[in-house]
Amino acid sequence: MSGPETLLDPAVAERVVARALASGGEFAEVFAERRAGMTMGIDESRIESVQSGAEEGAGVRVVSGGTTYFAHVDGLDPAGLEHAAGEAAAALRAERAEPRPLQAVATTPQPIERPPGEVPAARKAELLRELDERGRAEGGEIAQLQVSYAEARRQVAVANSAGLFTGDARTRVRIGAQAVARRGDRVETGAETLGGHRGFELLEDDPAAIAGGAARKALTLLDAIPAPAGSMPVVVGGGFGGVLFHEMTGHGLEADHIQKDASVYAGKLGERVAQPLLSAYDDGRMPGEWGSDGIDDEGTPTQKTQVIAEGRLTSFLYDRLTAERDGVASTGNGRRESFRHLPIPRMTNTYIAPGEAEPEAMIGEVEKGFYAVSFGGGQVDPATGDFVFGVNEGYLIEGGKVTAPCRGATLIGNCLDALVAIDAVGNDFWMKTGMCGKGGQKAPVGTGQGHVRIAAMTVGGTEL
Amino acid sequence: MSSVVDADLAHRAVEVARAAGAGDAEAYATETEMREVRTHGGGIESLSAATQRGVGIRAWLEGRVGYAFGTDLSTEGVAAIAARAVEAARVADPDEFAGPPVETGGVPALAGLSDPSVAEWETPRVAELALAVERSAQGFDQRVTGVEQAVYFDSSERVAIASSRGAGGGYETSSCYAYAQALAGDESGRETGLGFGIARGPAGLDPAAIGREAGERATEMIGSRKPESRACPVVLDATVAASFVGLLGRGLGADAVQRGRSPFAALLGEPVASEAFALRDDGLDPDGFAAAPIDDEGVPRRRTPLIEDGRLLTFLYDTYTARRGGAASTGNAGRSGYRTPPGVSASNLIVSPGSLGFEELLREAGEGVLVTDVAGLHAGVNPVSGAFSVGASGRAIRGGELAEPLREFTIAGELVSMLGAVRAVGATPRWVPFGDSISVPPLLIGEMTVGGS
Repeated sequence: MSGPETLLDPAVAERVVARALASGGEFAEVFAERRAGMTMGIDESRIESVQSGAEEGAGVRVVSGGTTYFAHVDGLDPAGLEHAAGEAAAALRAERAEPRPLQAVATTPQPIERPPGEVPAARKAELLRELDERGRAEGGEIAQLQVSYAEARRQVAVANSAGLFTGDARTRVRIGAQAVARRGDRVETGAETLGGHRGFELLEDDPAAIAGGAARKALTLLDAIPAPAGSMPVVVGGGFGGVLFHEMTGHGLEADHIQKDASVYAGKLGERVAQPLLSAYDDGRMPGEWGSDGIDDEGTPTQKTQVIAEGRLTSFLYDRLTAERDGVASTGNGRRESFRHLPIPRMTNTYIAPGEAEPEAMIGEVEKGFYAVSFGGGQVDPATGDFVFGVNEGYLIEGGKVTAPCRGATLIGNCLDALVAIDAVGNDFWMKTGMCGKGGQKAPVGTGQGHVRIAAMTVGGTEL
Repeated sequence: MSSVVDADLAHRAVEVARAAGAGDAEAYATETEMREVRTHGGGIESLSAATQRGVGIRAWLEGRVGYAFGTDLSTEGVAAIAARAVEAARVADPDEFAGPPVETGGVPALAGLSDPSVAEWETPRVAELALAVERSAQGFDQRVTGVEQAVYFDSSERVAIASSRGAGGGYETSSCYAYAQALAGDESGRETGLGFGIARGPAGLDPAAIGREAGERATEMIGSRKPESRACPVVLDATVAASFVGLLGRGLGADAVQRGRSPFAALLGEPVASEAFALRDDGLDPDGFAAAPIDDEGVPRRRTPLIEDGRLLTFLYDTYTARRGGAASTGNAGRSGYRTPPGVSASNLIVSPGSLGFEELLREAGEGVLVTDVAGLHAGVNPVSGAFSVGASGRAIRGGELAEPLREFTIAGELVSMLGAVRAVGATPRWVPFGDSISVPPLLIGEMTVGGS
């Protein structure tokens, strides 16, 4: 069992929240956390980088008149927590405010079948050797292969002045493979990952396939031609192709950007932003997914939020503070990297729902275009909507067929234009893992979709 | 500051690790006091303060190395971390080059790493500084429609390193930065601009200049459009040039070279850049934020010329890669805090300034593009081959002068060819702190591929 009281004694939590409000404020909260993890890698066929870490601590915040006062402390001893509460309240000069008595709220953490901490390290090393062998078996042109394994467990507890006392236990496992292929002077790379909010059971079903996949990507690119440059139809692959939607739309729906008028979606609630064939969700409850949690980092249960319904914008993504400002309920998107960070509105698992198009037909209808199977990552400026994506596996589409692999392709554009230009959504669907950065904080997020076609988009390559 | 992180703690951690079974051990402990102020709409949005401490222990066991870290610095806590490091080492495969850093002596005395104003300026005063940055950005031009946020951050850090072969030491540093993200626009569209400043303490920051830069960068982009695709001369401003120099620094790390993951692997002693471009790593320049008497495994920092007269002179080494490469450590072990073991990383990378002022660089370019921002560098670069294709924005250069603003284009090429195409280096360098510590002037590249419409 892992109720919040295993981390934070309710009596201590009440004292800390009361101390935080001793000089006034409308809201106070203590967020306690214990985290432990281990990572291991194989490189040059040698197990190395075996690392383990354990940290615990708490962050205390007080909200008063639109300002948040925050302090955090390493360790969970009661005196340290009360000191942090005093630090957070140090700049306030008002009358003491009274918190409500705490009421414990039970939550349901994601079920974990095989806690990774109970699996012997030697088994994890063996797994890495399997992946190493599988990747290298793809061909003699594989010059380098790196594989990593990471497991992390976070226990969190939240107590606040509204009387909430709750917690969550989170276990994540992820493996990643990166291959380098070499032929003469040509050098190309390929990468694959597999991760989930799951235990070691995640790796029961042929995990070594990802090493083979990474190696094949690198090998394919050895035959790649320079990417074309110019505007053309682009078919985006499923799974991590969803990072396109994550970047170009998801970030712009986070309520902090909206409220600062720093999003192109501000003021567009209820409006048509895409064609009716497109519906999209943020869902922090998807079983076992990388971006799922039982509650967010403010204690709000995670939920499934429809953000686009048949082309219309239906909801923004809220944490507690931004929800209060808009007079709505939090959508359970208040996330933080650790007890050392303030919660901000963040995506969880974000995806374009499956459509009706057959992926093959979506490509078959394109005379001359580009097929972006997966991305190295991307970046967007939510205020302008300008985005850029690096394609790490891409092909030309010629006469309705996928032809030559391309290297060095970048997709650039503006999200309002690109979202409206989506003219087909495939009936296939899968999710992939990502690490998202915002405001200096990293968070595990899921991205997903089936194949998606954008009628016109700028491909930036080296071939003029 | 009164502290539990000192040489004594580091030495004790090493002893405990040896008692737990490590043949050799190293401890890296830090304690950091930090503050952050975020403003929005003329008020304080959030105010954070904290002290953070932790230790990371490396344990060697007959050529096997393991690492563990934690924040519990009590006697029992450190013992548990040490035991986990030894346990981790037992899982690793042996590596003939693995071993602890060895004391070499000659740790330089280095002044200028701390500024008393970090401690002297009380929180309301630095909050006022952040507000001043925001006001300056907002007031730069009436087309500035808002400031998404202005941020002030400072930290004071104490580092203590000890190892069973004597390498180690300790030092204290302080640093601070402020930045603002301005929004500007008219009926033609919306633009953003970043202004930033960095110093050892708040007294060294110029809030008006930081805000002005944010306002200026946002407003100058109003009305921007996509350029036509072509190959042309390109001027990289200092912030963009720094992004590429950061990539260069990673490619020059001996680890990437030895593992066949660097475009420079076979180029030692060869021409890799035009003669206009000279680069050094300088871990002792106190103007750079990576400056310290010792690197992150306790080896003395130093000054290492990397590219001179267009030739590649050396790679950057830490203890492990130096042993593996039959070289000496260049004092380039780096880590991002106590949570990670050290690896090769550049300290302060410094591009030698040239003789041309900014206007002269533009005149020299003639017809081309000034790039003031790149996006997606982490996604659009192949670090092994050096090939890149990244999103960019900037200004057109016509007749040697700045012309209309440009957006939504890509610049593409390959790192080594780009260095070879550096035609001129600007005279005025700037320290750019985004992830790396880099001092670089604007660079004129003779020809690059610009992908637009």
